[in-house]
Amino acid sequence: MQIKWDWLKGGAILGAVFLLAVVLVKPLGVSTQFVIFDGIVWNIFSDDVAKEDEQAKHGYTSDNAYLAKSGGKYAKNVDNPINYGFIMVIAMFAGGFLSSVIQKDKLSDKEKESPKVFRETGKSNRYMYAFLGGSLTLFGARLAGGCTSGHMMSGMMQTSLSGYLFAFGAFAAGIPIAIFFYRSKKGAA
Amino acid sequence: MSIALAIIIGLAFGFALHRVGAGNPQHIINMLRLQDLHLAKVILFAIGISSLALFILLATGFIDQSHISIKAAYGGVIVGGLIFGIGFAVGGYCPGTCLVGVGGGRKDAIFFVLGGLIGAGVFTLVYGWLKATFPSLFDNIAGGKVTLADTGVDKFGGLFDNIPSLAIAAGIAILFMFGAWKLPQKFNV
Repeated sequence: MQIKWDWLKGGAILGAVFLLAVVLVKPLGVSTQFVIFDGIVWNIFSDDVAKEDEQAKHGYTSDNAYLAKSGGKYAKNVDNPINYGFIMVIAMFAGGFLSSVIQKDKLSDKEKESPKVFRETGKSNRYMYAFLGGSLTLFGARLAGGCTSGHMMSGMMQTSLSGYLFAFGAFAAGIPIAIFFYRSKKGAA
Repeated sequence: MSIALAIIIGLAFGFALHRVGAGNPQHIINMLRLQDLHLAKVILFAIGISSLALFILLATGFIDQSHISIKAAYGGVIVGGLIFGIGFAVGGYCPGTCLVGVGGGRKDAIFFVLGGLIGAGVFTLVYGWLKATFPSLFDNIAGGKVTLADTGVDKFGGLFDNIPSLAIAAGIAILFMFGAWKLPQKFNV
């Protein structure tokens, strides 16, 4: 078990973090930064990924339509990796690390490889599904324009229509697929 | 200054996600299987309480309006949400919690992140084609950047202009918090 905060304490603190983000800067979002990371790597090998463009709203454009969109906002961040959104997401690793360091019960080697529901099927099977899940999740999030943090948490906090639509889609697919996919697995941990 | 804030907010967000158990795919999977609703309770409460506080701050003018950012609602939000939901169920992470999982030492989370970089990369490459081939996927729904409770920010519309926005926001927030309180933690399946 890794739950340290119950729903009331955890919900209140997590809610305080969303609120703090809006009060100080802007709503939290994560999935965009996967695109920015890809762009940063791509930018090393190509000169056309992020180009300065005085006409564009954010001063940048790209040969790639997605990086060029919204006045070159993504292209600008690709060319300047030390920006708010990217550093915020990098700091999230450190937040998870910090929490795990102060945790008394350490993860077993088995637990690090797969959660209980995947235990019988072996780690390579788990890694494959984690990889597949990651690619579908991020493709879907980019098509939707946000993920759990941007659409669900920050979006519904601001009562955005898009946030409710995203949450509806995610659970409408996620619940039946999880029930079906793990149907032979034993109950709650 | 914004980089310092990025580090503080990212650390706090990552830490809080790990403390509530969101970095453990078992909890996400069992939530989607409707067997352990701990994380659903956390998220509902976090959204409810932060939304209530946000709209009180908006009504009293304590928040910089330029910090409000509403994402557009369009067909792709629902379709993307459905694809996201499949990956969410199969992988057991979302774009934020996988980072926290890696930070907390989970190896399967690394595979989710790698898959995510591929999924985001594929979307970046096919975006131009997708938009040209299925333009209706990107058509706004109900005006696009709209909220249920009017934020008072000119560039974002409210769906219900004749009801005070604080009343709408408070109503939804109370519903979310009530749901967080009343949902059972675990089902005996």
